[in-house]
Amino acid sequence: MGLTGWLRWGWRQLTSMRTALILLFLVALASVPGSIFPQRGQAPEKVDQYFEEHEKLAPWLDKLSLFDVFAAPWFAAIYLLLFTSLAGCVLPRSWQLLQNLRSRPPVAPKRFTRLPQHAEFGSDRTPEQALEQAREALRKRRFRTVAADGSVAAEKGYLHEAGNLVFHVALLALLFSVGLGAMFGYRGNLLLTEGTGFSNSVAYYSEYKPGHMVDPEDLAPFQVTLEDFEADFVSSGSQTGQAREFRAKMAYREGPGSAERSELVKVNHPLEVSGAKVYLLGHGYAPTFKVTDSKGDVAFDGAVQFLPMDSATLASQGVLKAPDAEPQLGFQMMFWPTAAPSPDGSSVVSSFPGPLNPMVGVLGAFKGDLNMDSGAPQSVYELDAEKLQMVKIERKAMGIGETLKLPDGSGEITFTGYKQYVSLTATYDPGRVPALISATLAVAGLVVSLMTRRRRVWVRASAGEDGRTVVEVGGLTLGTPTGEFDDLLRELRPEEPEPVPAGTIKE
Amino acid sequence: MVDTELADLSNNMLLGAVLLYVVAMLGYAADLAFSPRPAKARAKALVGAGAPVEASAEDAGGNGEEKAPRRDWGKFAVLLTLFGWLLHAGGVATRGMSVSRWPWGNMYEFVVAICLAAVTAYLVVLVRDKARYLGAFVMLAVVLGLGAATIWLYQAPGELVPALKSYWIAIHVSAAIVASGGFTVGFVTALLYLAAARHEEKGGTGFLDRLPKAEVLDGVSHKSIMFVFPVWTFAIISGAIWADEAWGRYWGWDPKETWSFIVFAIYAGYLHARATAGWKGRKAAVVSIVGYAALLFNLVGVNIFIQGLHSYAGV
Ligand code: HEM
Repeated sequence: MGLTGWLRWGWRQLTSMRTALILLFLVALASVPGSIFPQRGQAPEKVDQYFEEHEKLAPWLDKLSLFDVFAAPWFAAIYLLLFTSLAGCVLPRSWQLLQNLRSRPPVAPKRFTRLPQHAEFGSDRTPEQALEQAREALRKRRFRTVAADGSVAAEKGYLHEAGNLVFHVALLALLFSVGLGAMFGYRGNLLLTEGTGFSNSVAYYSEYKPGHMVDPEDLAPFQVTLEDFEADFVSSGSQTGQAREFRAKMAYREGPGSAERSELVKVNHPLEVSGAKVYLLGHGYAPTFKVTDSKGDVAFDGAVQFLPMDSATLASQGVLKAPDAEPQLGFQMMFWPTAAPSPDGSSVVSSFPGPLNPMVGVLGAFKGDLNMDSGAPQSVYELDAEKLQMVKIERKAMGIGETLKLPDGSGEITFTGYKQYVSLTATYDPGRVPALISATLAVAGLVVSLMTRRRRVWVRASAGEDGRTVVEVGGLTLGTPTGEFDDLLRELRPEEPEPVPAGTIKE
Repeated sequence: MVDTELADLSNNMLLGAVLLYVVAMLGYAADLAFSPRPAKARAKALVGAGAPVEASAEDAGGNGEEKAPRRDWGKFAVLLTLFGWLLHAGGVATRGMSVSRWPWGNMYEFVVAICLAAVTAYLVVLVRDKARYLGAFVMLAVVLGLGAATIWLYQAPGELVPALKSYWIAIHVSAAIVASGGFTVGFVTALLYLAAARHEEKGGTGFLDRLPKAEVLDGVSHKSIMFVFPVWTFAIISGAIWADEAWGRYWGWDPKETWSFIVFAIYAGYLHARATAGWKGRKAAVVSIVGYAALLFNLVGVNIFIQGLHSYAGV
């Protein structure tokens, strides 16, 4: 075999049903590790945690892309092969279907006994009459019929093949739609406190994931402000504390000059603006503080977003940094929306996620240099303690309005109240609608294909030895045979009560 | 918010359903064990009314007194199944009414609903394919499912977390439930098919004689799967639409999504296998059984072993 011979052989192998079968299994199998190991695309923090817990193993797994299964080269190889196979299989079949539609049903085979369904009976009609009757009956059942010499050939069920092809082609289209979204779409995450807003630009997002073809300059210039957020919790019974509903009242405009509109955003009800969508994904508390430094100047006055430690009670932890204070001050704190003594009375816990008794506890107070000028990015949830000095304080929970004075005179902190913040995701995905259309077509094609069957029937009539006409009927169904053939037999020879279907399976 | 009286009624109805199913299972088993002329029963299921050989066998074996009581076991079992099914459906409905929402918001409710769908699917093939021989096995699966749900998964009736408050739950989860019910019948018949095919190959007699021909079992299994495969596909797609509303993306390889896809791919493989020389028959049946295992893992295992967005409140 020459090169073209090999290529042709390879292509035939790739587009064979057996290969499709194996690739389908492979793609299923290859997905499994994606559900077992934490994935960077879904939960990067869990991947980090895995690295910490499995120091030796994790780098090896990482080399095999097991933390990015669905972006892994080997995963891509499998699905690209599968879809190449699909295209190579389906396009020629579509062509063939077109040809079939234009050509006539194939002529009757010589011997009907080879067909999976066949029967033979005598009739008092002339062969012509018998054939005409058969043709009538077949037409009534929406077969395409062609009369030839002494026989009738009929075929129907092109929809089966058509539906099957639509299904497969729609799968290809689905893949392209997903690709379209990945290339031209983007996603940005951020936390937004009540009373503040953001613009749809990279600078505002704490995390921003653009497609390869997205120019950050081209993001739609919409602006969103969180006016108010409310969370509603079950307040009695065994489900106490479970969230019932979240409502974020947002004001937005399409661009700097446009009219402002407002929208109540909920889980399952995103804000739609300029072709993008803004989703409410989570929420937390942002207690407000006022910090005064050793000179009596106000060094901080505002809200600080705290991280929930426990979604059931929303006890949260956070850090306040006051770089403008003299000396610089930092506080490590807890926030309890509904503060209550712990069961053993030794500490404070939160007993309910709603703000029934909001209190703050200062866990640690620090003064000195927050080390924020080094240029290295700092987490807003952690203090860089390197150049800080701990200030001894008395630990106690503060209610709203209460103040903690640092005993060494370096300043004081007042818990002034609280706000809430939401975690939002803004997405733009131009592949979404094409994907929906493809998926819908796929289901439609699938239903049509699975509910219809391609079948052929041939009828031959000739004069028999005893003067009666011998009628032969043969049937071929691609897929599970139906009862239609038997019905047809019954109709063609009503004069005899019991048809004798040899070798038919009626279900 | 929760009507505890209705909720208790629901629990009692479900308990009643389980008891009826257990008795029905015994009835089906008796029907299989004592049915007189296995060969004939088999042929009947196979050819329906049209086969003269079988018809004469019926005439010849016509000592009616002997046949009547034996037949009643099966009829009795079907009747019990029907009553059990009504109670089961009532239990699901009252559960929903007690909390004023669709009764599939947590794993317990979900499994109970799938069992209902499985019995429904069985009743459908019972009518369409005279598949009474499946009764014992479907009852066994359903009793195990309901038992496990009640013992390990039970949740007091309650409200849903906000993410589940959407009309998509009615569409997406219902489709998943219907599909799972149909796959259950496909699975049971595939197992029976493998047993029957082996039995036929070896020859010999025994309990398996009472089952229809392997070919028939294969056909019923294929039909059930073929019927619900598009439903499963639809469940995935409606889930994607919902995910797009709730989480900001229609597909994110969340563990539940991943396993739904795996189930889809395996059953697609099954449908291909049936059209591929060398894979028809037993290999295809094995593929469908693997598909069902993946389905079960997706329903139960993913919720328990793997953390993801789909975690219901408390399992
Ligand atoms: C993404 C990959 C694929 C999926 C999910 C898939 C799925 C399916 C499903 C569900 C069916 C049964 C429904 C029907 O008959 O319309 C089917 C049938 C079929 N597929 Fe695929 N398929 C895939 C790839 C392929 C490839 C690569 C080929 C060609 C090599 C192929 C050829 C066929 C053929 C010929 C049938 C008809 C079988 C019959 O007549 O029963 N498919 N496919």
